[in-house]
Amino acid sequence: MRRHLAWRLALIAPTALAASIVVFFALRVLPGDIVRVIIGDVPVSPEVQEALREELGLNDALPIQYGRWLWSMVNGEFGGRSLENGEPIRSIISRHLPVTVLLAGYTVLLSIFVSVPLGVLAAVAGNRWPDYLIRVATLGGLALPNLWVALLVLLGLLLFFRWSPPIIYTAPTADPWNHMQMMVWPTLILAWEYSSHLVRVTRSTMLEGLSQAYITTARSKGLSERDVVLRHALRNALIPAVTMLGLQSGTLLSGALILETIFGLPGIGRGLVQAALARDYPVIQSLASLLVVLSLVVNLGVDIIYTLVDPRFSRAT
Amino acid sequence: MKHHHDRGPRFRASFPRPLAKALSGTWVFARTKALIAVPMAVLVLLATVALFADVVATHDPLAQNVEQRLRPPGPGHYFGTDGFGRDIFSRVVHGARVSLFVGFLAVSMAAVSGTGIGMFSAYWGGKLDLLVQRVVDVLLGFPFLVLALMMVVALGPSSTSVAIGIALGLTPQVARLSRASALSIKEEEYVKAAMVIGASSYRIIWRHLLPNSGPPILAQVTGYFGTAVVAETTLSFLGLGVPPPFPSWGRMLQEGVRQYFEAAPWATVFPGLALSVSVLACALLGDAVRDLLDPRRVQTAQPRGQQGVRAGHRQAEL
Repeated sequence: MRRHLAWRLALIAPTALAASIVVFFALRVLPGDIVRVIIGDVPVSPEVQEALREELGLNDALPIQYGRWLWSMVNGEFGGRSLENGEPIRSIISRHLPVTVLLAGYTVLLSIFVSVPLGVLAAVAGNRWPDYLIRVATLGGLALPNLWVALLVLLGLLLFFRWSPPIIYTAPTADPWNHMQMMVWPTLILAWEYSSHLVRVTRSTMLEGLSQAYITTARSKGLSERDVVLRHALRNALIPAVTMLGLQSGTLLSGALILETIFGLPGIGRGLVQAALARDYPVIQSLASLLVVLSLVVNLGVDIIYTLVDPRFSRAT
Repeated sequence: MKHHHDRGPRFRASFPRPLAKALSGTWVFARTKALIAVPMAVLVLLATVALFADVVATHDPLAQNVEQRLRPPGPGHYFGTDGFGRDIFSRVVHGARVSLFVGFLAVSMAAVSGTGIGMFSAYWGGKLDLLVQRVVDVLLGFPFLVLALMMVVALGPSSTSVAIGIALGLTPQVARLSRASALSIKEEEYVKAAMVIGASSYRIIWRHLLPNSGPPILAQVTGYFGTAVVAETTLSFLGLGVPPPFPSWGRMLQEGVRQYFEAAPWATVFPGLALSVSVLACALLGDAVRDLLDPRRVQTAQPRGQQGVRAGHRQAEL
């Protein structure tokens, strides 16, 4: 088990490296002069353009530029400074990262605690109303764009309760009440989507599991239905559910990007959107890479849960 | 009706049949396969509306009318008007054109490139396959929107670059599935037989691998159409989508929120509703097609167990 985890941890580095190559070259190699894109339609003298090019190091060969950027990502500068206001990207990240990590963390925890019981309930209820209700709810979670759901929630809170979430984000330690008010809706909306995947997988694997021979055996040896469902069927249903948890980590972070923007949470996703709107290349590069690394870390976390759930791993230590 | 007699009895008897058959066939299809027929009908309707936007729209989507601003939905303006007095119904209808077109373009590109990559990777195998799969792995590690967003920044705002961005986000997922399905088909007897009798690589891929892995890919791609439309709307909402003046659902949402959120909730509700209906239809259709194709999910006649749980077994997952 430990070897497996170490191997997974070691694999993160090359994947992240490859991702950084994608991020860097996607923004450089594509047609169009970065300087022109940054300047936009404003007429600027050639000297100023040249100075900007020099400042960004665009006159060097691409591999050198890439190496320099990569080194600055590793040595803690995270890609230099923002073009827009000169803020070091390190401080941008230290401001934005906790928000996204907290949002994603709340969502994952909530989803796990809600969706496993719901999936089991839906499977055991088998085609009676709790099952239908849960299936419709998960369908909504999967198909309704969280962009629109978020806007409807804000609209409904405003029109019916004359309430809107606070505007200024605070850390949970500074002002827990304000933090909760700000985080609760994005977490709920994101968890609705994320847990819908989990509920559906749990339900269908539970159904499959409950028709297996070992369940019949368990029943016929006189185990209570509760023990049959929870101790025999659920253990096996958890494994695909955990897989789904990792597979959907991209969905989770994409959703976080949208919800952070709508609810004004200063997270990585919102930072990326703002940087994209301002054509702030260094910030886009760093934040996009960071999101990929986050997604890899979520997957690593899922792997750790895997080893706890799947007896084939824990026995093989 | 006299001249009908001249055409002979055979023709007369068969003339109304194809139509009647088609109608009753459609009716049977709609009743027995409602899970496919209903979302399909919704999508066809949406596509028709988008194609004939000029006919369906009641107003010019760009025409401003200050006297008519912020009108609630009513007879004159079905979906109300926005802060410039523009008719929201007409804007939603024209927005369908932009959103569905970009979504369709993106999904087509992703389907073609993803299937191509998956097929070739599976067919040739070896080091090429390994390399391609590592690249696909890395791209799958990207949150979908991040990849699309970066492409839009790099290529500049236009409907093509939005479509390319979204397509790039979807391609690795299509490639993964088409590779898996091509790999399993490659092991079938008839493909091995074709190889033995010396069929060309081109023929094996084109005549055996592609047609046989087509259906599952199609099911997946149907679902991704919805994803692509949402992505287009999201990018436009964030201000990174198709540039003005074309009305797109995303930008209508953005304007609705920024400018007259409370004053005109209908400006936020209706574009989002149109988006949700299209996505829901795609998701349902994709699921229904997948269930139809998956032999494991076929409803088999089997005795129901004493426990209620068995009744739901092998039921199509809603």
